[in-house]
Amino acid sequence: MLAAFFLKERGRAMIDERTELDVAVVGSGPAGMTAALYAARAGLSVAVFERMGPGGQMTQTERLDNYPGFAEGVDAFELSFAMASQAERFGAERVPDEVVDLNVDAVKKLLTCASGVQYSARAVIVATGAEPRELGVSGEAELRGRGVSYCATCDGGFFRGKVAVVVGGGNTAVGDALYLSRICEKVYVVHRRDSFRADALYLNALSELSNVELVLNSTVEAIRSTTDGEVPMPHVESILVRDRNTGDERVVNTDAVFIAVGTNPRSNVLKAAGVALNEAGYAIAGESGATNVPGVFVAGDVREKPLRQVITAASDGANAATAAFEYLNLD
Amino acid sequence: MAQVITSQEFDSKVLQATGPVLVDFFATWCGPCKMLAPVLDEVANEVAGKAAVYKVDIDQSLDLAQRYGIMSVPTLMVFEGGQVKRTAMGAQPKANVLALLD
Repeated sequence: MLAAFFLKERGRAMIDERTELDVAVVGSGPAGMTAALYAARAGLSVAVFERMGPGGQMTQTERLDNYPGFAEGVDAFELSFAMASQAERFGAERVPDEVVDLNVDAVKKLLTCASGVQYSARAVIVATGAEPRELGVSGEAELRGRGVSYCATCDGGFFRGKVAVVVGGGNTAVGDALYLSRICEKVYVVHRRDSFRADALYLNALSELSNVELVLNSTVEAIRSTTDGEVPMPHVESILVRDRNTGDERVVNTDAVFIAVGTNPRSNVLKAAGVALNEAGYAIAGESGATNVPGVFVAGDVREKPLRQVITAASDGANAATAAFEYLNLD
Repeated sequence: MAQVITSQEFDSKVLQATGPVLVDFFATWCGPCKMLAPVLDEVANEVAGKAAVYKVDIDQSLDLAQRYGIMSVPTLMVFEGGQVKRTAMGAQPKANVLALLD
């Protein structure tokens, strides 16, 4: 038997640690919110555990132009908020607490939150997503927020009329370069290969820009700082770039370094639950999201898959909720 | 709720405060800032009486953003006795924000 619907007072969460949820959704990006929507609509009791407000990585995007149904594009934050409201409309609860541990025994899944509060659920959908990968060079950590950034749409505006470097060769990197080219005087793109993985549409747009210079077959060896200029604290002055073919090193003067070299999965909760991960740390699961641990499902960027987009995250959420529903009905 | 304050209020509410003050330098157009907003509201309620939580819109208070060398949003700063004691960049979960005030 499935647990009854929550009696919900508007704006006040009715669940507490005594409640056994049918489905606990960990993560509030498009995968988590879609999972909550589908699970709630299937009549299951659902709570979404949110590390921060809704949206996840998509809030770092200026505007979504490839999410179907929005002919003129859509503001990524508006979309994420709408997804959250939609899930709530069908009874999903939102718990503003980060899940830090997941303990799975035969029937019960015990979730421990950062506040120390524990919740139990019969099925768990982990949609914790991914986070930007660090470059791992000297100066990177010290200069974060002083010219080093992982979010061009957040921090590009601080470098109006200045010079910026983008590191990476995928859609995010090229998208960042396009965005920054409208703000900055000059944009360098440093990429370790001689060609880009980004979509042709992006690359064509990039090739038409006169203020973008590509630095290919090259790696960033160090990020250097200065205390001269308008900002009295240490901030980015230049990067040291090494040509991978010749071994030659050169200094590129810049005010900012935007790092877009891919993502790492947030798979700590999955590790704790004994879910099988691939070498890169992504959960091994097919389209249903079912993992090697019965009752634990994954959705979105944390799952091993070929394409990580808002729409594939949403699709994963729907699939995982459906698989969780079937799992609970067989129980 | 974490209240938005202006440059004129900054001295009295932040620099001359007796207890610790957490300030979120944010922008209205920044996605991660919006993700952080509900977290800050919760923290503000939780620490009420012990610490204050304010927000500074960097576009409205450009002078403050420049004075503190803000080059990334959101930037969180904890002030004690008018001095910056701790800084954190980017959206953070609640536990991390609370830890800044410890």
